[in-house]
Amino acid sequence: MSCFAGIDIGSTTAKAIIIDPEQRIVGHSIRRSGYDFAAAAERVLNEALAEAGIARREVARVVSTGYGRRNVEFADKQRTEILCHARGVNFYYPEPVTVVDIGGQDNKVIHLGPSGERLGFTMNRKCAAGTGAFIEEIAYRLELPLEKLNEMAEKASGEVKIGSFCTVFSCTEILGMARRGVPVDNIIKGVFRSVVKRVAEMDALDGKVVMTGGVVDHNPIVARMLSEQLGRKVEVPPAPQSIGALGAALLAREL
Amino acid sequence: MGEIKKLETAKLMKKVMADHFYEIDAACKSGDPKVAWCTSVGPAELLRAMGFVVYFPENHAAILGASRAANDCIPAANAIGYSPEICSYLTADIGAYLKGFTPLAKIYDGIESIPKPDVLVYNTNQCRDVKDWFEWYSREWQVPCYGIESFVNVGEVTKDHVDSIAGQMKQLAAKITAATGNRLDEDKLKETVRLSRRCSDLWREVLEMAAHIPSPLTFFDGTIHMGPAVVMRGTQVAVDYYETLLKELQSWVDQGIAAVEGERHRIYWEGMPIWGKLRENAKLFLDLKTCVVASTYCNSWVFSAFDPDDPWNSMARAYTELFIVRDDDYKEEYYKRMLEIFKFDGIIFHDAKTCPNNSNCRYGLPQRFSQETGIPFITIDGDLNDLRCYSEEQAITKIEAFIEQLDG
Repeated sequence: MSCFAGIDIGSTTAKAIIIDPEQRIVGHSIRRSGYDFAAAAERVLNEALAEAGIARREVARVVSTGYGRRNVEFADKQRTEILCHARGVNFYYPEPVTVVDIGGQDNKVIHLGPSGERLGFTMNRKCAAGTGAFIEEIAYRLELPLEKLNEMAEKASGEVKIGSFCTVFSCTEILGMARRGVPVDNIIKGVFRSVVKRVAEMDALDGKVVMTGGVVDHNPIVARMLSEQLGRKVEVPPAPQSIGALGAALLAREL
Repeated sequence: MGEIKKLETAKLMKKVMADHFYEIDAACKSGDPKVAWCTSVGPAELLRAMGFVVYFPENHAAILGASRAANDCIPAANAIGYSPEICSYLTADIGAYLKGFTPLAKIYDGIESIPKPDVLVYNTNQCRDVKDWFEWYSREWQVPCYGIESFVNVGEVTKDHVDSIAGQMKQLAAKITAATGNRLDEDKLKETVRLSRRCSDLWREVLEMAAHIPSPLTFFDGTIHMGPAVVMRGTQVAVDYYETLLKELQSWVDQGIAAVEGERHRIYWEGMPIWGKLRENAKLFLDLKTCVVASTYCNSWVFSAFDPDDPWNSMARAYTELFIVRDDDYKEEYYKRMLEIFKFDGIIFHDAKTCPNNSNCRYGLPQRFSQETGIPFITIDGDLNDLRCYSEEQAITKIEAFIEQLDG
């Protein structure tokens, strides 16, 4: 059996997806990227192979993507995360859509045409506010486990408003709120609100909006909040954190 | 992976630039002729016709950027109150002075410092920063500083604009004479304007060589070869240089030599170069088989209005017609003219953090142009000199993704 692998080495997490010739996902893995991107790529590929129950030689082609795409020495091609996210989303939504991806340090808005062709894209400016790194920093400063944030925001009785553009100043603002006794659940919901606002101001979010990336994977409330803001339902594909890796695997098949 | 092709004329460039700096250095050391500093699109013709040798600090600042010395210098200017948010040419140049550093001393044996001027002359057609920059040196050295206060956001250039600027230029000449004793030679002014016009026409022809498919020239080549048009316009040396360059480019076109082997896409660059990443960016596009064929920046030293028979009014018009002085409607039409000439597939807007006047992506212009013409665009965040404002990985991803988008 000839399978195809997509490896997405993001700034925060490394993802691997293996698909079979019929485009079925047969193996996947997600790990922290760490500092050794080449080792992270090896590890997620081997874990995905183990899940698929296939040997390395059965992988016909590999496409790498993400911040560390050039560190994946065994990849046949490197493609940008813009293209791979577009391809991955088009797999589930073969129609014109606007992709909103919130990653570890990059946010992207990608406009896709009827055949999945890219009509244009925007990335966040040289600033990580509103990205996964922003949420991680705030969780760290408040000593909160990342996996609890969604649940906390869901329970919130209200939400705070965060005024600053800057992650560091936002942290200062938030710590001030915590000192004043503002419930932490409301702070976390306010943090998510600020993430949603930042992506909504990046570009026009026209037509059907599909959210991807690790932030929405771990915090589904973010998609709901964006739906509220836009006044229409925001779609989330299966395994939204691995959409880039899926797109890379699909591109590997099409090479 | 391809290699960046070099034009033979680049060797001549080294010589003419060396001659330029040695001439100014000698004048500075001997006191004769007197030295004037001038902004890059300032009234250089007037200063030459008044007998000055002319030094352009923006050229020095670009050398600081290209040699990656700028980021060592900028903090020194920040520390005396010149914000990291303002022109990084200004902060790099003043910072270098404060540190007692100039790359000219490393490049040219015998040159120890930038030349102390007898007069500083600016034109605010680019921005207010050039005036602040020159005024700092004026206070530092107790040297007179005069300038032309230009219009901004100009639609059509009218007789009123021209009359105002020509009047300011005449007053400027009188002030310079009073301060330095140098007098204007009207015949020399006509001759200088004639040479500037010839230089400008040749420079435009050089740039339009990139209209050929494949192009023999890239934007990155242009940023190097524009040197004489900036610092030597109004001299025979610049005219001779561009005649030589033009011949070589024509021979490349005749032989079908492409600056970018296998040119697949053609891009227009809007905004300042990222001087400290010139080579890296040239290589990135080369590997993507994409030629950045044209730019507003290199075109900025095309002054088609110069007329030796009407030097004052034509100088006033030339320095007011510039892209940077104009309103957005003019700019949008300008891009359309460039599209017709260069037939590009996409535009890259460089949003230079410290140069708002050269960052034309902040008021919806890319979106309007793209909607009207169907030409896609991206914006990259960076700066002309301050590499702290540039995220290289992010920029590379954006550019690669843009080319993937053009690939379809």
